[in-house]
Amino acid sequence: MTTVGNGGRHGPDGGGGPGSGAALTLTKKDFASDQEVRWCPGCGDYAILSTFQAFVPELGIPPEQMVFVTGIGCSGRFVYYMDTYGVHGIHGRAPAIATGVATARPDLSVWVVTGDGDALSIGGNHLIHALRRNVNVKILMFNNQIYGLTKGQYSPTSEEGKVTKSTPFGSLDHPFNPVALALGAEASFVARTVDVDRQHLTGVLRRAAAHEGVAFVEIYQNCNVFNDDAFLALTGKETKGLNQIRLEDGKPVTFGPDGARCVAVEFDGTLRIADTADTPEELVYVHDSGHPNPAPAFALANLSSGPTEPTALGVFRDVRRPVYGELMDRQIALATEKLGRGDLGKLLHSGDTWVVEDGGVPVGSFQS
Amino acid sequence: MPTKTVEQKERVVVRFAGDSGDGMQLTGDRFTNATAVLGNDLATLPDFPAEIRAPAGTLAGVSAFQIHFASQDIVTPGDAPNVLIAMNPAALQTNLRDLEPNGTLIVNEDAFVDRNLEKAGYSTNPLDDGSLGGYRVYRVPMTSITVRATEGMGLTKKEAERSKNMFALGLLSWMYSRPTDVTTKWVEKKFNRKPDILRANLAAFRAGYNFGETTELFAHTYEVKPAPALPGTYRNIAGSTALAWGLVAASVRSGLPIFYSSYPITPASELLHELSRHKNFAVRTLQAEDEIAAIGAALGASFAGQLGVTGTSGPGLDLKQETISLAVALELPLIVVDVQRAGPSTGMPTKTEAADLLAALYGRHGESPLPVVAASTPANCFDTALEAARIAVKYRTPVILLSDTFLGNSSEPWRLPDVDGLPEIDPHFATQVNHDDGFMPYLRDENLARPWAVPGTPGLRHRIGGLEKEDVTGNISYEAENHERMTKLRAAKVAKIADDIPLLEVDDETGDAELLVLGWGSTFGAIRGSVRRTRRSGRKVAHAHLTHLNPWPRNIEGVLRRYRRVLIPEMNTGQLAMLVRARFLLDAESYTKVQGQPILAADMDEQITRRLTS
Ligand code: SF4
Repeated sequence: MTTVGNGGRHGPDGGGGPGSGAALTLTKKDFASDQEVRWCPGCGDYAILSTFQAFVPELGIPPEQMVFVTGIGCSGRFVYYMDTYGVHGIHGRAPAIATGVATARPDLSVWVVTGDGDALSIGGNHLIHALRRNVNVKILMFNNQIYGLTKGQYSPTSEEGKVTKSTPFGSLDHPFNPVALALGAEASFVARTVDVDRQHLTGVLRRAAAHEGVAFVEIYQNCNVFNDDAFLALTGKETKGLNQIRLEDGKPVTFGPDGARCVAVEFDGTLRIADTADTPEELVYVHDSGHPNPAPAFALANLSSGPTEPTALGVFRDVRRPVYGELMDRQIALATEKLGRGDLGKLLHSGDTWVVEDGGVPVGSFQS
Repeated sequence: MPTKTVEQKERVVVRFAGDSGDGMQLTGDRFTNATAVLGNDLATLPDFPAEIRAPAGTLAGVSAFQIHFASQDIVTPGDAPNVLIAMNPAALQTNLRDLEPNGTLIVNEDAFVDRNLEKAGYSTNPLDDGSLGGYRVYRVPMTSITVRATEGMGLTKKEAERSKNMFALGLLSWMYSRPTDVTTKWVEKKFNRKPDILRANLAAFRAGYNFGETTELFAHTYEVKPAPALPGTYRNIAGSTALAWGLVAASVRSGLPIFYSSYPITPASELLHELSRHKNFAVRTLQAEDEIAAIGAALGASFAGQLGVTGTSGPGLDLKQETISLAVALELPLIVVDVQRAGPSTGMPTKTEAADLLAALYGRHGESPLPVVAASTPANCFDTALEAARIAVKYRTPVILLSDTFLGNSSEPWRLPDVDGLPEIDPHFATQVNHDDGFMPYLRDENLARPWAVPGTPGLRHRIGGLEKEDVTGNISYEAENHERMTKLRAAKVAKIADDIPLLEVDDETGDAELLVLGWGSTFGAIRGSVRRTRRSGRKVAHAHLTHLNPWPRNIEGVLRRYRRVLIPEMNTGQLAMLVRARFLLDAESYTKVQGQPILAADMDEQITRRLTS
């Protein structure tokens, strides 16, 4: 009789979670698949893929221990370019599928790559529940504020009044603020970065990978075909210095030339943008991504109404909460300790049974 | 003490009916256990109120439990009860129409007060107005006797009244000569931390028993002798429990942990409840945020190397179809249990129907074939779950397992199988590169199944998805001929399973039947019972029952053509009949019932006799 193990974990000896394979020398090539990359020329997705592939070897995770799950949209193609295990799922459902992978196999490093339409429209429910459960999945949401694959309809992050094929008179919908949404869903790690800033993107990915539990990373991604320059204020040579509010733990948040502007704490506890010169030092907000209360992070998320004005970038929140898959493993271990390892024969005979002795007159059985 | 005569009975159908607060399910359950231990064959069916919070005493709040027990082999919970226990006027109002003419009616006289009569829609008291003349009526003041019997035990009047179901159980136990020790032991175990309640329940039970014995109201007790049965250990089992245990068995026999993910829905929630109790079998249960997430997580777990299972009912199946179709494309093992209920839309959530057959077979866009199996009796749910797992794992395919509300709730004795004799399921994970050019995730084996390479396996990294894949390599392909080839391969894989399932068996005693009744699902008991009965009165009738709805057993056409007439009874408007007619150009006749109630043996008697003269 076969026995039940604790997962299909028959792979490499012990597998090795993040870090355990540090002795491995992995390079970008180990993670790049042989598939031709097919996004529109100039798409921000190229920069993200290239940065990711250059960064990922440093984690020391063997590629066979990694699983990518993607949804539908331009971002969904990401999975085919990573030479790891991968599932290209269906529209919006990647967090649900990844929840199954990560809960069944806490030994794996599981990543979801999704877009603003995929994650926030059709898959909104799966996203918020993956976040609140704290499933051990890193969710990279490429936000280009448009539906690219379906050729240019407004998305749940498009600004009000957006003129697109489906809104020739301008959209009426108020956009989501993805970071605020993730914080509201009690994500234990929430960050925002941009496609073209390799260094910042790498730094955020590094912290997301190191985080135990769910990580939500919004990556502003330029769709040069259907929504070009949506993030110019944050990426343009002249404008980025004026508009990027970089969050660094333990440091007062200032930005602009010579730190002329800052994030100031209001008496009601909210945050606003102010001139540093007019703000007493003790009222300049000092960032703490590990703050047990999500309120400061939420206030940071709401400093701007969109990426066309000064906007916070970096890790908003990074706190420790019990991880879902580990909790489930622990529950199984405890149940096994309490009830003993499952014995099918015992289960079938549990409760009231009765015995018919030999000599009972046989009758036909109905089960065929 | 008056002397009572003992009358022998071959079979009896008893229905307990009362307010949902009266504990009728529990009473039925305990009566069933005493009956099972006595060795009668039996079948049971609970009838839950449609509304959970229906006000006490109303028609909507009536809860009933029916048991059919006999000294011979039986297959259904019975049609018309011979005995009805009505704990209040509402229970009488809703259940009297089913009681057989001249049947035994035992009422809790204390509950027939103006307020309750009014709630049940009676303008006069039926106990006094002569309207029950066609029955043998026994008026028993159950509440007041119970209160008296529990006096001095420190209970409030309300608490004491609550034990009246134990009084009814005691009375029926006396009437049908049931052993009392099974019940007393159970009460002692159940209430060992609440000594007051324990004593009150035992007192009420004994009071009921003694009431039967001493009062002059009842002249006879009845005896139903044990039914002959194969030697072995038996238990009583409900379909939903059997199905859950079948999944646990599939896990044990395959070494694959079960990952059961589902969203609360009536009646499929029973499976989630049962499986979540068995974590010591490494069963992972996840109550997902919605039906779609439930199947998505199960499919993710399958990709990760466990046995992903999801369960649902009614509208939940519609929501899952998108992911089922992804599973068809990914070619991963997955079990989708559909405990069918009456539709469309929310329909009648607590009522039975078997109208999801076409949805299971064809409810997805595109060409999306998959195996479908259906359980036929409560105990058979165990075997069918194992069979679904065997097919899913061996052929790397989603499998839909059809059960229904009636099957899930009803119970029957089950001769426990020898665990080591259960089929073994080999997950046969891929561990080696299977091609000179590297690992090919869609290179198929002799069964047309693709390799199942789970994350963590070195050298077998691969990406799969819902986009059409190139044959063998699994790379994305929009190539015209490849799509046609893949479409045919997916269909051929499922069709080939027909070589790997039992042939359709026919119950045709003399081999010269004129009418074949072809059934599927929970109609088994009604058909089998009726076929036997009508044969005894000279009808030449045979019965065959499908477990595999896709693919069908190889010999099905031959079987059908052997009979002059084929009748297909279904709890839908003729779905299997339509398929049989379409596939074989055969003039199969359809009998359908969509009343939220199971097809009864009596319904089948009529259908069979109408078609055959004796
Ligand atoms: S449509 Fe936009 S997002 Fe999609 S690949 Fe092209 S540029 Fe990139």
